[in-house]
Amino acid sequence: MSGQIAPPEQAGTDRQEVPHVVVRFAGDSGDGMQLTGDRFTSVSAAFGNDLSTMPDFPAEIRAPAGTLAGVSAFQIHFSDHDILTPGDEPGVLVAMNPAALKANIKDVMRGGMLILNSDSFDERNLDKAGYAADPLGDGSLDDYQLCKIPMTSMTMDAVKPTGVGKKEAERSKNMFALGVLSWMYSRPVEPTIEYLEKKFATKPALAAANVAALKAGHAFGETAELSAFEVKPASLAPGVYRRITGNQALAFGLIAASVQAQLPLFLGSYPITPASDILHELSRYKNFGVRTLQAEDEIAAIGMALGAAFSGHLGVTTSSGPGLDLKAETLGLAVSLELPLIVVNIQRGGPSTGLPTKTEQADLLHAMYGRHGEAPLPIVSSYSPSSCFWAAIEAARIAVKYMTPVILLSDGFIANGAEPWLIPKLADLPDISTSFASQPNAGEDYWPYLRDDDTLARPWAIPGTPGLEHRIGGLEKADVTGNISYDPENHQLMTELRAAKIKGIEEDIAPLEVEGPDDARVLVLGWGGTYGQIGEACGRLNAGGHRVARAHLRHLNPLPKNTEGVLRRFNKIVVPELNMGQLSRLIQAEFLIEVISINQVKGLPFRAAELEERLKELI
Amino acid sequence: MTQGNGSALDTKGRGITEASGGVATLERADFVSDQEVRWCPGCGDYAILAAVQSIMPELGIPREKIVFVSGIGCSSRFPYYMDTYGVHGIHGRAPAIATGIATARPDLQVWVVTGDGDGLSIGGNHFIHALRRNVNLKILLFNNQIYGLTKGQYSPTSEQGKVTKSTPFGSVEQPFNPVSLALGAEATFVARTLDVERKHLPEVLRSAAAHRGSAFIEIYQNCNIFNDGAFLALTSKDGRSKNRIYLEHGAPVRFGDNNAKGVRMDRSGRLEIVDVADVGVEGLLVHDATREDPSLAFALARLAAGPTMPTPLGVFRQVKRPVYGDGMEQQLRSAAAEQGPGDLGALLSSGDTWTVT
Ligand code: SF4
Repeated sequence: MSGQIAPPEQAGTDRQEVPHVVVRFAGDSGDGMQLTGDRFTSVSAAFGNDLSTMPDFPAEIRAPAGTLAGVSAFQIHFSDHDILTPGDEPGVLVAMNPAALKANIKDVMRGGMLILNSDSFDERNLDKAGYAADPLGDGSLDDYQLCKIPMTSMTMDAVKPTGVGKKEAERSKNMFALGVLSWMYSRPVEPTIEYLEKKFATKPALAAANVAALKAGHAFGETAELSAFEVKPASLAPGVYRRITGNQALAFGLIAASVQAQLPLFLGSYPITPASDILHELSRYKNFGVRTLQAEDEIAAIGMALGAAFSGHLGVTTSSGPGLDLKAETLGLAVSLELPLIVVNIQRGGPSTGLPTKTEQADLLHAMYGRHGEAPLPIVSSYSPSSCFWAAIEAARIAVKYMTPVILLSDGFIANGAEPWLIPKLADLPDISTSFASQPNAGEDYWPYLRDDDTLARPWAIPGTPGLEHRIGGLEKADVTGNISYDPENHQLMTELRAAKIKGIEEDIAPLEVEGPDDARVLVLGWGGTYGQIGEACGRLNAGGHRVARAHLRHLNPLPKNTEGVLRRFNKIVVPELNMGQLSRLIQAEFLIEVISINQVKGLPFRAAELEERLKELI
Repeated sequence: MTQGNGSALDTKGRGITEASGGVATLERADFVSDQEVRWCPGCGDYAILAAVQSIMPELGIPREKIVFVSGIGCSSRFPYYMDTYGVHGIHGRAPAIATGIATARPDLQVWVVTGDGDGLSIGGNHFIHALRRNVNLKILLFNNQIYGLTKGQYSPTSEQGKVTKSTPFGSVEQPFNPVSLALGAEATFVARTLDVERKHLPEVLRSAAAHRGSAFIEIYQNCNIFNDGAFLALTSKDGRSKNRIYLEHGAPVRFGDNNAKGVRMDRSGRLEIVDVADVGVEGLLVHDATREDPSLAFALARLAAGPTMPTPLGVFRQVKRPVYGDGMEQQLRSAAAEQGPGDLGALLSSGDTWTVT
């Protein structure tokens, strides 16, 4: 579909206009809540709202039905203006069973609306969710607007004519819920009907059942005269948009980098949550010459990518925290070999297996220092779903220009979150092409460690090039010739050269930008996925008459050259992070500037409102 | 983008499109690098290096198309001594790095040099998976049944009871039999030879070089410093004729002085050593390296519990199976043919889009 969708005709309904809404769909992991949320998002995006989404999956694929552990949720924030986050508190919670209600009610705004599948509130399900009494009858939900709908039975009735089995009929209830919400927020159902007919093309009865459920939900909303709202399209910058998740943007960014660098893309990867989607996505684009190899383990994955880099490909490996631990030794080898390599870490809660499906930013110091010996490397970070596209290109640019491994940090929140994305024009993508060595560079000889004066990068001579045969390895190399060397002075020199090369990249990256009032004395410094929440908190503070500036780092090593200058302009530096103070530590160590940390490790993003409160206390 | 003479990396990633260089007649000396060889005097590695350098010119592959990859250990210094492209990697990871090279660049011939500790202990996982995938790699495992570079600890091929620095009371571990391990890992080419075999070693190397897919050679290599004489049963004057069983495809398995001994399958399916005089040549097992079913090759691999008794040498198995890189290239080609070459603009605007005016 393309082009903007007009709101459906809904004559006779008085629609209350609201600037933005946060809806959370929650149900059992088998209830299809991710799909429901996804469809709602797609239609809202096409309608022209700005939006931001956040799925919340359980770590288990199918925890026992009806239990708290099995609850899967999807949150969408959509608006008529520019928004930065998926929202702190849902104003509307759709709960398909008691467990979904119990797991999510604490987040719902006081006075918010609860749309509940009343059929599921039976003794058995209440018991499984751990409710001693039925919350629908004991007054515990008095602070909310309650909307009880017997979704299961109404769905069963609606789909009866399609002739599907009882199980399939019951499973269409997520589309009933979507129908209800579509009516409430004047979202058209046609694109979803089209989608369902395509998805179930080979199972027409199933398609008919889902469509019937969707329509029944929509009709119910209308006949029951549920409150109806309207969220007008947002005024976004003109252009063609699509919706994109962080991992998808990252995969597209890697392909774009391969095209712009004129190097074939090679991905070595081992499945791990929440990074596997990048492997899945890249495996589809064989016509771009993308080679993807699902390795036997994390170590092999980076080893293969490094081998491909030695051979002249754009080598990439994608993983998450535990995988990064395993890749550390090969990263050290890549630092020593001085080959371009992109290592993507989609951070999740740690230590150890930690919280695989939850977000955290606690691998920054690991990226900085998680290798033995002096092994500096550049670190690039994304800060929103769509920024992953640009971060991937930037990581590739630095890797090939400076002949170095680069770590790209993203996180589970950004990776799975989605937002509208103004599709970039190809002409706006940077040219990051490089050249391979083709001639001897020392008389008849080729010296693999004869550096470029400017970048300190060594030349890249790939197998197949006659006359440039050479051997490189992890043993310390003599400056220039690359032969094995145990000479003390040489080791000192090579260590310093490797460090200087990375440090020198500061000349070649965008400066740190400050947003906010000119007379602000307080700077909120962030990095990574906290971008939206910090922006929202600072925006509200400034709107409330406070004066706060914010800056967000996209390069963590080296830091932009103006970082110290920026920091010294302020009286107070506050660093909110989803860790126990890792950027704080780097900043204090580097510049001897005192910073105030705001730390949270709950596996969840900050809530903008909470952040606002914390900042208010500090300023 | 400037590129190496005669080679052009296709930007759409289909790899090298043109053969490079001429294969001017090369000599052994062309493969000898300018680096001083630093193994202990008398080490078996010297003979293996000489054999590899000597067969290289016969392969008809230009030097720039050959890559040697190694891990860590005495044997892993090997790439520095070859005047080809080379990577001295990290402990155990050579097969992984080499898999990346071979799948990125099917035009290259990639050799892995590893040892019993490097390949079977710390790198065991990569070793078996490279064989399983049938990546186009020639894997030379120098088996000296000891850790040399770390100065003499027992290895995964050291025999039970082995007294070393880390096993002062003798090793209590069951060793690997590298040939049967490789067969179990679905290897398509599996051979064994000895560092001192002046004729047999180059012959096996040639067969491995000609094999498409993973070719694995276990080379018994004497570490005269930490495990001298480990293969004496096969290398002593007496042992040489008594204990070396040369496997020859299509021939009955015979060995010993005057070929008086042979191998036959008993009624329970077990292999046993017999006197040819007793059973006749017709009663002997005829070696078939190309047999799809690896069980006979496996039985031969298990004939000797260790190199201290009659031990088969030569090619145990040599079968054809699709090469990993070929399958990947095929998918890239058919995707490009069916969907057309990648169009970045179309990719970025794929899926549902909408226009804001
Ligand atoms: S320690 Fe043994 S294997 Fe290593 S170089 Fe010396 S003799 Fe050879």
